[in-house]
Amino acid sequence: MVDAYNEGLAITRPIHIDYPQAVPATYFIDPNACLHLKHGTCKICVPVCRSHAIDFSQQPIERNLHIGAVILSPGFGKIPEEAMLKYNYGKHPDIVTSIEFERLLNPSGPFQGEVRCLSDKRHPHKIAFIQCVGSRDIGCNNGYCSSVCCMYAIKEAMVAKEHDPDCEITIFYMDMRTQGKDFDAARIRAEEQFGIKFVRARVADVMPWGKNLKLTYSTLGESHHFEAFDMVVLSVGLDSPKNAKEFARIADIELNNYEFCKTDSFAPLKTSRDGVFVAGAFQGPKDIPESVTQSSAAAGIASALIKQQRGAGVVHKSYPEEQQVGSEDEVRIGVFVCRCGINIASTVDVPNVVDYAGNMENVVFFSDSLYSCSQDAQEVIKDKIKKHKLNRIVMAACSPRTHEPLFQETLKDAGLNRSLFEMVNIRDQCSWVHANEPEEATRKSRDLVRMGVAKARLSRPLPEQTVPVMPQALIIGGGVAGLTAAENLANQGFHCYLVEKNDRVGGHATNMQDTLQGENTGKMMRELISRVEAHEKIEVMTGSELVAVNGFVGNFSSVIKTVKGKKESELTVDHGVVIVATGGREHRPDKYLLGQVKKVVTQKELESQLAGKAKDRAPDSVVMIQCAGSRGDDLKYCSKVCCNTAVKNALRIKEINPESQVIVLYRDMRTYGYSEDAYRQAREKGVVFIPYEVDHKPEVEKKGGKVNVNFFDPILREEISLSPELIVLSVGIVPEDTENLSKLLKIPINENKFYLEAHVKLRPVELAVDGVYVCGLAHSPKPLDEIIVQAQAAAAKASIPLVKGCVSVEPIVSNVDKDMCIGCSICASLCPYQAISMVKQEDGKKKAETIAASCKGCGICASRCPTFAISMGGFTREQIGAQIRAFGEIGQ
Amino acid sequence: MTKEEFNPKILGFLCNWCCYAAADAAGVSRYQYPPNLRTIRVMCTGRIDPSFILQGFAEGAAGIFTGG
Repeated sequence: MVDAYNEGLAITRPIHIDYPQAVPATYFIDPNACLHLKHGTCKICVPVCRSHAIDFSQQPIERNLHIGAVILSPGFGKIPEEAMLKYNYGKHPDIVTSIEFERLLNPSGPFQGEVRCLSDKRHPHKIAFIQCVGSRDIGCNNGYCSSVCCMYAIKEAMVAKEHDPDCEITIFYMDMRTQGKDFDAARIRAEEQFGIKFVRARVADVMPWGKNLKLTYSTLGESHHFEAFDMVVLSVGLDSPKNAKEFARIADIELNNYEFCKTDSFAPLKTSRDGVFVAGAFQGPKDIPESVTQSSAAAGIASALIKQQRGAGVVHKSYPEEQQVGSEDEVRIGVFVCRCGINIASTVDVPNVVDYAGNMENVVFFSDSLYSCSQDAQEVIKDKIKKHKLNRIVMAACSPRTHEPLFQETLKDAGLNRSLFEMVNIRDQCSWVHANEPEEATRKSRDLVRMGVAKARLSRPLPEQTVPVMPQALIIGGGVAGLTAAENLANQGFHCYLVEKNDRVGGHATNMQDTLQGENTGKMMRELISRVEAHEKIEVMTGSELVAVNGFVGNFSSVIKTVKGKKESELTVDHGVVIVATGGREHRPDKYLLGQVKKVVTQKELESQLAGKAKDRAPDSVVMIQCAGSRGDDLKYCSKVCCNTAVKNALRIKEINPESQVIVLYRDMRTYGYSEDAYRQAREKGVVFIPYEVDHKPEVEKKGGKVNVNFFDPILREEISLSPELIVLSVGIVPEDTENLSKLLKIPINENKFYLEAHVKLRPVELAVDGVYVCGLAHSPKPLDEIIVQAQAAAAKASIPLVKGCVSVEPIVSNVDKDMCIGCSICASLCPYQAISMVKQEDGKKKAETIAASCKGCGICASRCPTFAISMGGFTREQIGAQIRAFGEIGQ
Repeated sequence: MTKEEFNPKILGFLCNWCCYAAADAAGVSRYQYPPNLRTIRVMCTGRIDPSFILQGFAEGAAGIFTGG
């Protein structure tokens, strides 16, 4: 039968697991292919299943649940095939959708990750991507932009190039909408490093032409072009879910005109029905980081709503009793070598590494695994631990920084102490960085496995410790992000300190008039501020800043300095978590005569002017310049909101003064999502949008009494000089000072000075330091609705340790052997965390003691102790020594 | 000197929080570098006892890299 997971490009069996990482990774019978369910015959699977797991008598059952809140997350649907007919989709096998192409690139896909034409299995030499298929297309009632296709097309193109560097790839686009955090950097990398071609053009036709496909396209101001390709990828958009209407009827919620869930900018996850929330693409097309952020936020809102019931019905996970592993017990090591699909196995000779591990002393079990992190692999590991009485596990796979906790959990499930686990990194630090040297990479993997096994031999079980949490939060920044986060946490029942450096809260959002959708921002902000100021659980501290912070997740102690007039005071507060919401501000470039002539203003200034009462507030002629100082200029990045603001202000001008001539000079109009509607509306109302190239930017000059804008019109193909009444610059957003707080809290910032989240996709609002979270413009530029969701998500994540009431300490802390300690206190004086105290013993002598909750496991004490009295959990002197000895065996 | 002749064994001590993370990031970005390095992850370069360095040389390391 055709494999639906592989978009019908491969075949599978009627009884199968959808894909290697499926949860649960359990076989199921496809009712559309089962002979018994379709024709009442066969049933051969029932007797052959040894565990009697197949029961054809099962029927669907209806259950009634009593719940306090509902979160809808049905995802998105597929673009109808009719929208793809104009590109002859279905008429030639080498015209594929981007979703099909994604499967072609995947190691678990039909060609094991090799890119091949579906027609004759040849490797394509030329691939074309056509953007905006089923998006920005009122022909199929999808007037919106799907927001994700530009970025995924770039990703797919880069992966295809990795597979075959000789392959020529062209992306045909209208606007490259890489507006997300660091997305523009990926677009530049695609062009400069990977040689992917970007062509601004409309594709008129895709025609089968012998073995190839002939594309007809027209570029701006030029005639038609014809070009042959081996393969054409249609970058399909995200449609509303297939059964959206039925879903809405059942949940009793309203849909918008595109059949996605209807919400508004100030409560982006609230549906039209109280207690029903939405998260993910059903709220509007979006990518993984935003979906993950929304899901956290929705969980946080729901959690506040049902806080009285918190903890009811929770089943605590129980682990089997821990097996005692003493130093005299026989060491029995199990070595697993992960293939990671083809990520490791395409470079490293995995069977060779497995065999090599098998010959090592104490290794009693050794095996490879397709995806060691998949759920079924965890079952295999548990099973092997029991079957072979393993008491040490060495996993050669990816990075312990990302995956060690997962495998340690598996060890606990199998009754083994998690410190008996050792991870060897043969992906991030081997196969990926030595992709062209398979033999050397295999040799390195063998060496690293040998060193890992040498260390594992000396692993000992280490005790687990927990410390209580102070159930209060510190929120830095009282803008819309900080206010929203504080309100959410307070609604969940936690006391919050909201620290704002200015004399009043509200930040820049208080200066905004309305959103692109016409919602009243001023009113929303006034209401939010009054709710926060009146909240009994929120202490608003204006004119204040954080000057010192000590401690760790669950037990921070911070000093807040408050200046009121000439009075200066300091207050120390104890709190369990920190939310950083320090915001950003308008970047004012020293360009285009900004600040030198009155005629040149920023969009923000124009917005204030338009909101005023002056008769001539909407001038007769306006030229807007997008990306002024952004995207490779003063600022390297795209600020995400400027295109929307420009369209909003252009529409407002047209509303006040319909005769006004508004020209917008842009590089890519990034009115993603539903904002595309407003962009279309602006064009209908006569706003003229003219693209410019980065190497031919518009210029503003003062000539006599006039201020001229000079630019190249690609349709007329000539230089134009205008002298409008007003020149409006769409300037970017820069973060407020992040460097100081970055040092205080030891949290990293990226090259553009925004805070760097712990993981872009999986931990988008957490920072590298436990218990510290980020939201709003301090993370990256974004519009109001996204700031609100992110703040709600940060609050939701911050509430996790607060609700739990305790945090567990990693067992890597230092441990002092009192018999060997001579009380010299070198360790106590060197410890950067004040985690060692000198404690008077019964005999009156002082000896060192570790304060486990403060210890970060850095090991400075252990490496400086003159009597070797201090050992580090998981990083003992003996273990590191064994690794170095094993290193010495290279080549022997 | 040709590549074949000079093939040093290098032992690296990588701090979990910075250099080890950077080495992971190099992998994610598919940067390519020579495969001569063998690494030991430590929770901080402060963990590196000077004797580890001496032991590394005694075990035949041509060079020792500490990243933190």
